Amino acid sequence: MTKNIYVQELRMKTHSIVIWSLGVAAIVILYFSFFPSFAEEAALINKMMTQFPPELLAAFGMTNLNITSVLGFYGLVFLFVQLCVAIQAANYGVGLVSIEETELTADFLLSKPVSRSQILTGKLLAALTGMAITNIVAWVASFIALALFNGGQSYDTGTLVLLLAGLFVFQLFFVSVGLIISLLVKRIRNVTPYGLGLGFGMYVLSAFSGIQGDVKLEYITPFKHFDPNYIVQHNTYDAPLVVISVTVIVVSLAAAYWRYIHRDIASAT
Amino acid sequence: MNVITVNNLTKYYGKARGIIDVSFSVEEGEIFGFIGPNGAGKSTTIRLLLSLIYPTGGSAAIFGKDVWKFGTEIRKNIGYLPSEVFYYEGMKVIDLLKYSAGFYDGDFTERMHELAEYMELDLKRRIEDLSYGNKKKVGIVQGLLHNPKLLFLDEPTSGLDPLMQRKFFNLIREENRRGVTIFFSSHILGEVQRLCDRVGIIREGRIVEISDIRTLQENNYKKIRITAPDVEPDYFALPDVSNLHAENGTIKFFFKGDINTIVQKISGIRVKDVTIEEPTLEEIFMHYYER
Repeated sequence: MTKNIYVQELRMKTHSIVIWSLGVAAIVILYFSFFPSFAEEAALINKMMTQFPPELLAAFGMTNLNITSVLGFYGLVFLFVQLCVAIQAANYGVGLVSIEETELTADFLLSKPVSRSQILTGKLLAALTGMAITNIVAWVASFIALALFNGGQSYDTGTLVLLLAGLFVFQLFFVSVGLIISLLVKRIRNVTPYGLGLGFGMYVLSAFSGIQGDVKLEYITPFKHFDPNYIVQHNTYDAPLVVISVTVIVVSLAAAYWRYIHRDIASAT
Repeated sequence: MNVITVNNLTKYYGKARGIIDVSFSVEEGEIFGFIGPNGAGKSTTIRLLLSLIYPTGGSAAIFGKDVWKFGTEIRKNIGYLPSEVFYYEGMKVIDLLKYSAGFYDGDFTERMHELAEYMELDLKRRIEDLSYGNKKKVGIVQGLLHNPKLLFLDEPTSGLDPLMQRKFFNLIREENRRGVTIFFSSHILGEVQRLCDRVGIIREGRIVEISDIRTLQENNYKKIRITAPDVEPDYFALPDVSNLHAENGTIKFFFKGDINTIVQKISGIRVKDVTIEEPTLEEIFMHYYER
């Protein structure tokens, strides 16, 4: 039963998975291909960076970031990758069950001999598969980009792995929070505003928190939990913040299952 | 044996009324008509029985099992045609039907082609490109595909042309002959009259009457029209006559009582034309609607 739903959901997502994956690959490779020219002018660039107001650098997560090093520059690219996959995951989460209710297919699907938890599991696994594929593409594209455009500099592969490994958990945050939001809102007519709002909103919160130097906002946005700048500089995760992410994921998913199983399925009228 | 048993079922959406204190039962093999104006609570009742929504109070059982506890198991033998048409973006008819069949044990390929051919449904087209009536057909085939023992039809004929409606009714009768129990919800009395054995009338969320279609008609009024130019309507002013009036030289009234009385009365005058007919369900039920 779950498999039937999984296959169907994955088929419906194929298009979206391909587009997001290509998008991520393009960002990584195109953006990072500029690195050699940056590295050549290292002295000039570093001098220029000191001219920028610290608030601006903070907003782009560039505080103390050495963008003339391979990983420093990659950290900057990675922030854009994060933004992309955040919106992807938020869209998947918000749309997971709400689409069925806007397109009236919920009555079709839920009158089949499947339990609601089977439905949610099938759909969730399909979304996770889509995210995993995008993740794999991000890994491959990153390794290729760094191999091709490292400008002759060496870098710690361990840090790169650390950055990329956090990406899936980072996405889990958005898919599960998006899902629980969609189940708490009375009716979602269009997924995109919610998905964009959640993904981009969290990014803005993180940038804002950087400008203000206000630590409180770090607690809720995964852009801080998995801050590439922090990971590059410290070569480790900010463990307590990662724990917050994982906790939010677990609580959201548990609440989503409970809520979906007990809710009234909205009808057309 | 009862296939459906509903006891004091109540559903409120927040403060809005869904249904109140609804009780009825449907026996195995019968075609039960569920009739009422739009917004009376027909879809709410069906969606409760499919456990799409949860009740505020009361209980319901299908095949003797609690609807909400054993929903997944019960639904193996249920077919449902939703009142609203639906489609998954970009999906072809055949893909949807295969997806639907995938939820049940067995191979339904042959039946799928039979049903689609009978309902004149093109399997290769995208559902979103179909007309309303053709989308409705997709719903019908999807609901019948897995040989369910109980069928819920929620306003099934809307959007179907008369020819298709007839084919659909024949299909439903055929299913019924094979022992399938049918719960037929509609606001069109004529089609319920054509198809159903028993009927429940729902109005503003409450059941107002459950009865045999035949008893309803037999115990009721005869509709009589007499064209007799030389006779005043008052000639028929008898205790058993109601709604007496004349229209373009034709006297019209309802009669309830010993039919011989009225036949003798008519034989006493010179008439041009006489019609005595059963009132339609529409006319019988009118007083349930307009209260």
